[in-house]
Formats: sequence, C-alpha cells, structure tokens
Amino acid sequence: MVGAVAAVIAGEWNRHLPRWIALAASVTGLLLVILLWANTSPHSLTDGQWLMDYRKAWIPSFGITFHLAVDGLSLLLLGLTFFLGVLAVLCSWDEIRERRGFYYFNLLWILAGVAGVFMAMDMFLFYFFWEVMLIPMYFLIGIWGSENRVYAAYKFFIFTQASGLLMFLAILGLYFIHGQDTGVYTFGYFELIDTVIPFKTAFWLMSGFMIAFAVKLPVFPFHTWLPDAHGEAPTAGSLILAGLLLKTGAYGMLRFVVPMFPEVVTDVAVPAMVLGVAGIIYGAVMAYSQTDLKRLVAFTSVSHMGFVITGIFALNELALQGVVMQLVTHALSTGALFLMAGMIKERLHTRDIEQMGGLWGPMPQMGTIGLVFAMASLGLPGLGNFVAEFLILLGVFQAQPWVTVVAASGLIFSAVYSLRIVGKIFLGPRRTMEAVPDFSLREMLIMAALTVSVVWLGLFPQPVIDTAKPAITELIRFMDVHHMAADHQSYVK
Amino acid sequence: MDKYLWLIPALPLGGFLILALAGKQLTRASVAIVGAGSICLSALVTIIVGGAFLAGMPANAVYTQTLWTWFEVGEFSAKITLTLDVLSLVFVFVITFIGALIHIYSTAFMEADRDYARFFASMNLFVFSMLVLVLADNLLLMYLGWEGVGLCSYLLIGFWYEQPANGNAARKAFTVTRIGDAAMAIGLFMVFQQAGTLVISDIGANATTIWQPDSTVVTITALLLLAGGLGKSAQLPLQTWLPDAMAGPSPVSALIHAATMVTAGVYLVARMHAIFALSETARLVIAVIGAATLLLAGLTALTQYDIKRVLAYSTISQIGYMFLALGVGAWTAAIFHFMVHAFFKALLFLAAGAIIESLHHEHNMFKMGGLKDKMPVVFWTFLAGALSLAAVPLISAGFYSKDQILWYSWTANGGSPVLWMVALSGALITAAYTTRMMILTFWGESHTPVGHLPGRRMTMPLVVLAVFSVFAGFIELPHNFGHFTLFSDLLHPVLPETVMRDNIPSEWLFQLLAALATLSGIFLGYHYYYQQPARIENLRRNGLLASLHRFWFSGWGFDALYDRVLVKPFIFISKVNKSDVTDRLYTGIAAATGEMYKLLSRTQSGSLRWYIMGLVVGAILILGIQIML
Repeated sequence: MVGAVAAVIAGEWNRHLPRWIALAASVTGLLLVILLWANTSPHSLTDGQWLMDYRKAWIPSFGITFHLAVDGLSLLLLGLTFFLGVLAVLCSWDEIRERRGFYYFNLLWILAGVAGVFMAMDMFLFYFFWEVMLIPMYFLIGIWGSENRVYAAYKFFIFTQASGLLMFLAILGLYFIHGQDTGVYTFGYFELIDTVIPFKTAFWLMSGFMIAFAVKLPVFPFHTWLPDAHGEAPTAGSLILAGLLLKTGAYGMLRFVVPMFPEVVTDVAVPAMVLGVAGIIYGAVMAYSQTDLKRLVAFTSVSHMGFVITGIFALNELALQGVVMQLVTHALSTGALFLMAGMIKERLHTRDIEQMGGLWGPMPQMGTIGLVFAMASLGLPGLGNFVAEFLILLGVFQAQPWVTVVAASGLIFSAVYSLRIVGKIFLGPRRTMEAVPDFSLREMLIMAALTVSVVWLGLFPQPVIDTAKPAITELIRFMDVHHMAADHQSYVK
Repeated sequence: MDKYLWLIPALPLGGFLILALAGKQLTRASVAIVGAGSICLSALVTIIVGGAFLAGMPANAVYTQTLWTWFEVGEFSAKITLTLDVLSLVFVFVITFIGALIHIYSTAFMEADRDYARFFASMNLFVFSMLVLVLADNLLLMYLGWEGVGLCSYLLIGFWYEQPANGNAARKAFTVTRIGDAAMAIGLFMVFQQAGTLVISDIGANATTIWQPDSTVVTITALLLLAGGLGKSAQLPLQTWLPDAMAGPSPVSALIHAATMVTAGVYLVARMHAIFALSETARLVIAVIGAATLLLAGLTALTQYDIKRVLAYSTISQIGYMFLALGVGAWTAAIFHFMVHAFFKALLFLAAGAIIESLHHEHNMFKMGGLKDKMPVVFWTFLAGALSLAAVPLISAGFYSKDQILWYSWTANGGSPVLWMVALSGALITAAYTTRMMILTFWGESHTPVGHLPGRRMTMPLVVLAVFSVFAGFIELPHNFGHFTLFSDLLHPVLPETVMRDNIPSEWLFQLLAALATLSGIFLGYHYYYQQPARIENLRRNGLLASLHRFWFSGWGFDALYDRVLVKPFIFISKVNKSDVTDRLYTGIAAATGEMYKLLSRTQSGSLRWYIMGLVVGAILILGIQIML
C-alpha cells in the first residue's frame, strides 16, 4: 500500500496535473483499506488480533526488518488516514496554485509516513516513518503557509524533532537491553515487547517514548507548537495535522508505551491523567479568548486530546474504546472546522472572527454544517464525539472519580467556546458587505462526507468498537498479566 | 399497537429531515404541511397507541420497543429502546397534542418570516428530542433527548439571529442548562458504577438493594441528577436563562414553557423516583428549592412590564410548585399540575403572542390596555388561562391541581407547615400578578392601536387550549368532594402513592384558605391596578419599596451576581492569557540559547592574544583542579 503510494509520488514529480494523481492515489489507499475491512468479518476479528502481516528483512545485520502488520486499531486509523487524505487533496484543489507538483508530493509523502507509522511493527521502521511524516509537513507549513509560516514551521520541526530524538534513544536503549538479555539484537516489536526491564530503567525508557508522543498529541504543557503550526498551515496541512499527526501520538502510546511498560504506566497513571485534565480545561479556556479562527480550533484540539490522554491512562476497556472513538471522531470534527476556516478565509480573506458575523444569511448551508460540527465538538449526543467522550469519562470514573468530576467541567467550557464560534461567525449582524457564495459542489461533497460520517458514528458506533475490540482486549490482558506477575512476585517475597 | 411506538418520535424527526435538507426547495404551503403535519400525525399515533395501551393495559403496564443497539463496550450497553408506560404516556400526550396546536398556530404566526422552513425544522427537532427524552428506556438515551432539547432551545431562542441580544440569550440558555447537564452526566457515571446499568426500569427495580437508604452515596447521586433537572427546569440557582429565553418567537416560548424543555426536570425526578425515594435529604432539597423558587419568581413576576417576562417568571414559579410536590412525595400531584400547567401556559403564551403581533411587537403591558372589546377571542381565551394560573376556585383546572399540592405540602410525609405557608403565599402572589396582567392588558384605556386580528389558524388552538384549561381539572377531584381520582389511579402503576403524616387537619380548611389566598390576591391586583391606580404611584415614591422593586425586577440580582462571580473572571483569565503563558517557557529557552550564542560568538574575536589567554587560563584551571583533587 505504502509502496503504491510512494511509487505514484515518484511518478508524478514533474507532471502538470498532479492533483488528479494525488486524488487517485489516496482514493486507491482508501479503497484498499475498505476492502480489507470488508474482508474481515466479525469472526475473523475474534480469531486473532492481527489481520495482515508483511515481513521482509531490511538490514538484517542490525536486526532491522521491514515488518508491517495491521490489527483492528491500525485498520481504523488507516481508514481515517486515507479518508482525510482524499479530503485533503480535494480541499487543496483550488487553494494551492503554486508549485503544485511539489505540494502534492509532500501531501502524499505525509500520508505514506502516517500510514507507515500505523502499521510498522519494527521499532526502527517505526522511527523511520515517524521522521518521514515530519519533513514534508515542515515544507507544507513553510512554503504554502500564511504570513508567519517560517516561524511556525521551525517551531513545529524543533519540537517534534527534539522529542523524536528522545524516542530514538529510548528505542536504542530497549534494543541493547533486549540484546544483552537474550543475545538477540532486534528491533522487532513482538520481541521487544517481552523485554524484562528493571523498574528504574523502564521509567526512563518510557519517558523517552512518552515525551515524543506527548509532544505530538499534544499534552499540556507541550502544546505550544500546535496553535502556531495550525494557524499558519494551509487548510490541508491543518486538516492532516489535526486529523492524523496528532493521532500518531495517541497511537504510539496505545501501541508501545502501555504494553511495553505496564508497571511504569500504572505508576504514573494519576499524574498523567491530571495532565490530561489540565489540558482539557486549559485548552478550552484558551480557545475562548482566541480571535484567530484556526488558533481557536487548535486550542480546542488541545482540549480534546486531553480527553485522550486521560482515557489512555484510565487503563480500562471503556476508556480505551472511548479513546479510539475520540481519535476517529476528533479527526472528523476538528478537520471539518479547519476546512470551514479555510473556506471562510477563501471568501473573506481573514481568519479573525471579530471581522466575521451574520454569515448565516448568505451561507445557510455552511452555517448548518458549521453548527453540526460545533455541536460535535461540544459533545452533543447523536454525534460521534459524544460516544467517545462519554466512554472516556465513564471509564475514567471507574478508575479515578475525581478526575472525571473535574474533566466533566470540560463539557461546560466546550459549550462556551463552541457556541462562541457559531455566534461570532454565523450570528449577529453582518460586518462585511462582500458577496459570499455558499458551498460549491466540491465543498458540499467534502462537508457532506464528513457530516454523514460523524452522524453515523454517533448513532451506529458499534462497528468501530467491534473492530478495535481485539486490540483493546489484548492491551487489557497485557496489563492484567503484568499485574498478576507483579502481585505474584510481591507474594513470593 | 406497540409496534407503532417508534412512529411517535420518528414522524417529527422525518419532518425535521425533510425541512432541513429540502426546505429551500419547498413552497411555504408545503413547509407548513410538513412541519405541522408531522406533529399532528404524531399526536394521532399517540392517541391510537395510547388508547390501545390503556385499553389493553399489559400486566406489567409497559410497552417497550428496541430499535437497535447504540453501543456496547464490555459490561456497558446502551440500546435505542423506547418505553411507554403511563408516566411517559402523559408526557407524550402533552408534548404531541400541545405541540401540534402550537405548530398549527405557528403556520400563521410565522407566515411572513423569511426562514419559514428553518423555523419548522427546529420546532420539529425540538418535539422529537423531547419525545426521545420521555420515551427513553435508559438514562443515556434520555441524555440524548436531553441535550437535543438544549440544542433546539439554542436554535429557536436565537432564531432571529441578526440581533446580537437574541444570540446572547440563546447562548446563555444553552450554557446555563449545560452546567446542570454536566452534573447530571457525573450522576450517570455514579449510577452506572453502583448499579452497573443505566436502564431505568432495572435501576428502579433494584434500587433498594443497590443503595442503603439515606446513605451519602445515594444522596450525592440523587443531587447530581437533580442538578440536571434544575438546569432544564429553570429552578434556583440555575433559573436565570428562562426570562431571557423570551427572545425567541412566541410559539417557541409556548413550546419551551408548556410542552417541552422546562418540564424535563420534573419528568426526570418523577422517573427516577426510586432513587429520590431513598434519600430524605435529596427530597428535602427538592422541596426547599421548589418553595424558594416559587416565591422568588412570583415576586419577580409582580414587577415586570413585559407581558412575556411575567409569563416566564410565572412558569418558573409554577414549576417550583411541581418541584415542591415532588419533594414532599406527592408524585402524582406534581404530574397533574404539570399537565394542567402545560395547557394554560401554552394558551397564555400563544394568546400573548397574538396580542404582541397585533400591537406591532409591543411587549410592554403598560402600553397595551383596552383590548377586551377589540380582541374578544383572545380576551376570553386568555381569561380562561389566567383563571387557571391564578387557581380560581372550582371553575378552573389550576385550582384542582394546585390545591392538591398545597394540601400535600403540609400533610404529606415530607411536608411541613413552613412549606405550606410558602406555597400559600405563592398562591396569593400568583393571583395578584395574574390580575395585574389581565387588567393592564385588557382593561383601561387603549395605548396602542390594534393592527390586524389573528386569523382562524391562530384562534382555533387558543379555543381548544382554553377548553382544556377549564375542564382538565375535573379528572382529579379532591378527596372530600367528589373523590374522583382518575388521574392518580392512572399513574399509580408507575409512581408510588403519597405517604401521609399522622393526624392531619381537615382538608376543607385548607381548601378554604387556598381559595381565600387566591381571592385576596385577585382583590389586591384589582384594587391597586383598577380601583386605585394612584396608590401604586404612592408606593413607588417610597424609597425602600422602590429599591425593593428594582431588586425584584432584576430577578433578585442573580444575573449581576453570576456575571461578577463567574463570567467576568472567566473572560478575564482567558483574555489575559490569550497568548499562552506556557509558550513563554519555550520562547525563554530559545531566547536563552540566542543569548548564549551571542556571548560565545563574542569570544571568537579573531585576536590571537585572547585565544592564548583563554588557553592559558584553561590550562591553569585544569591543573589547579587536578592538584586540588
């Protein structure tokens, strides 16, 4: 799949109409994922965790393999990747007029990187893909962004690169510890996951991973790159950043941090949840005062991702299912808000919400859709985000009731900022007298796809839950096994 | 018939979908047919299904219909299941029946509006959400309806969105009720943690085994659920949104106040009575809040100029009576008052809307006057509603329902003389402000010329509602005369009987006092506003009374208080930190790095002397350290 995408990228390098190729590539990706999903009937999901496995030696002397595998969790995120990929291509259709070839090259390259991250089962390969998504994103912001783009691009790059380095050190540490213990030097996920690590070392290794993922997610107080990057990126850049890149952080925690360091994770669960809640509230309060629409939405992401980290560290099935759901629905709802910000900017040439207002009159369709996604972001039942947040909070309540009580205040704050978005943009008197056309057919198509998805997920979320289930139960089993082992040890002592 | 249950909410939903997706393409007439027709059909289905239900009365007295599984994770399972029992039947009946009348009225009332389709789409969604709320078999589905109601209130209160004030009122309504909702959500988590399910009937059946009576846990759970109810039902301390909700078109007010939204809290408490029954503290809290609210809102209503604001505060006050009844354990009395109130309040709002429309959007009662002869239909129907609101003895439905609450507020197990006193003075105040409203609007001199009169589509619903406002009371007569208890008998399969205290005084005495309170209230209003209007001016000159008036007029200063304690600080913190203080940390690091670079780059001066100097100093330092060690 990645190969196919990468090949297309190489081929389209010099063509005149790269957007069709980009569209074709991402649609192919999406179709492949759907095909795979359709082929995995419920009972094959229950058979085992892994649906697909592809392994090829890459640099055997260092124990590096090109190992890709897909389970329910990756499958969902892959579907999301290509779905948003298609939308990203569509929304750039007219927005990008300069250096189209290089633009779509970067776009597809990011998609390839993200898809790779969601599938890599070799730590070295994982790190490789992790870096692959980074650099084209840097270009995307730095070249096609708005006024302050160079600063934003640097900031994004330094934050992610520095934290990525810590992760690489942690990977190497894991590699050598495993090698010394067993004599087999390998980067393979399935081998490394069983490494027995002394608690102190494990803590430091986990911190290495954790910081990389936390910056990406982002967890308060590592979030400050996000508003800048979002604010300056082109629409498709924001869409992919919010919809996919942030998700790789959460995916990393679920895939690596929790199963590799279960004891440490249990130990740091409460502080991590507190950070998550801090993010929920901090992001929401910050979102309220922003006047730049894209920065505003960026802060709402910080708030929503606070739910993710809180849910992950609740470490029970309810919360983890909620997290998976949140990853998917947040990508859709926030993506939609960014797309809308882009569309408004195309019309009014501003991102300042103080200069908008009364746009419902000329653009009732956009108003309706905007309202739907504002409601999604405040967690209105019937839309996907509600299912996610409800499950997370319900799960967290089983683990730490007080954390939930504080986090629930996020429900109020999210209402406050979401309604402010709607109010400032669509309600009130008109501020500009320019003619603003409503959705074009292409825009309608994009938004309709997102709206249908988010409503579908809100009313019939069960397929997603079932798909993610084997991966989640496996994770829970892992925790339990380790707990039992730990209990057993203390018992023996 | 139970297999058609899903049609009741599905019809309004269908109406909403058609109007939302294709509203632009439809003609006004077809919008009206779809919008009002869906609700009328829904009311029709309710009557058919409800009739079959009452006639068949299954052994367990419940119809359920599972549509699909919403989501299932581990032990948690939420299904989209509808449940019909007598309690929800009463609510469904009121919602669809009154909803249908309001929709018919709206087809004429909103005729000239640009956004005809958007209006009916929102109204249909509103009815749908409320139906889901009352038909839900589990708390999560109820929460879906619950939040949907909030959304629709936002859409409709801010319907005329170009006025910033309307948008603000809508936002306020959503945000204030959301505070209650957040507490309610925590309540749901607690219920699930303790009961392992959110299915209402399971919780009710096992409540006594799950919770210890009067334990802290059950009290907290009950209070959290109650907080949700307080928000939606506009009770203290979350009542501030309702008066501002007047910003919406009048039919919206009628829908919010009578058939939907504000009664959600009453429904919730009645529906979860199993939990509330276990906590005496929670019930006491409900009763006290109800009593305090009814008094506070009644006094505020006494001072308002805007006819719709009077009605709004009267709603808060009447819902206060319902909460009082729930708190003292008079479950059926609360629901009875809910139903009667729905009839007369819908009537009053629709009639007020007709008046305002005819007087070219004049809201101020002091600028009305003399409408008795000019708008006879509106006058007579309004009068019927007002009689019921004031609870005029014998001839109004409001008397029978309110009298029951007054009686129970002393004699029921949870009642007390203090609560009764408050309720009784509330009755007096209600009668007084109702009379004031009647006199100012319909008697005296005319201040504003009357425009066109309401047409048949607007007066027909008024007449129907007026009939119900007068006669609905007769389905439940007091114990001492008639002793006809159709309504409470109907509800008893679902709601428990009211437990009475020992050696209670005679009911006659109470009825006499209640009647007396009403009549003296009417007399006060009559005296001050009809006989001796000059006296009001005298009263107003008294400084103390004037400031009291201002205080009441502002709704007891709650808005100012919240503004100062909650809103302003929040905005302040948010604004101050707009550029994100945590970013300072990183820019600080960057700046420090820059400074270090500058510092170090200065050493690279190209002058050989400095380099040699550096080498020598470095060597000495290293040697020195080595010697020291």
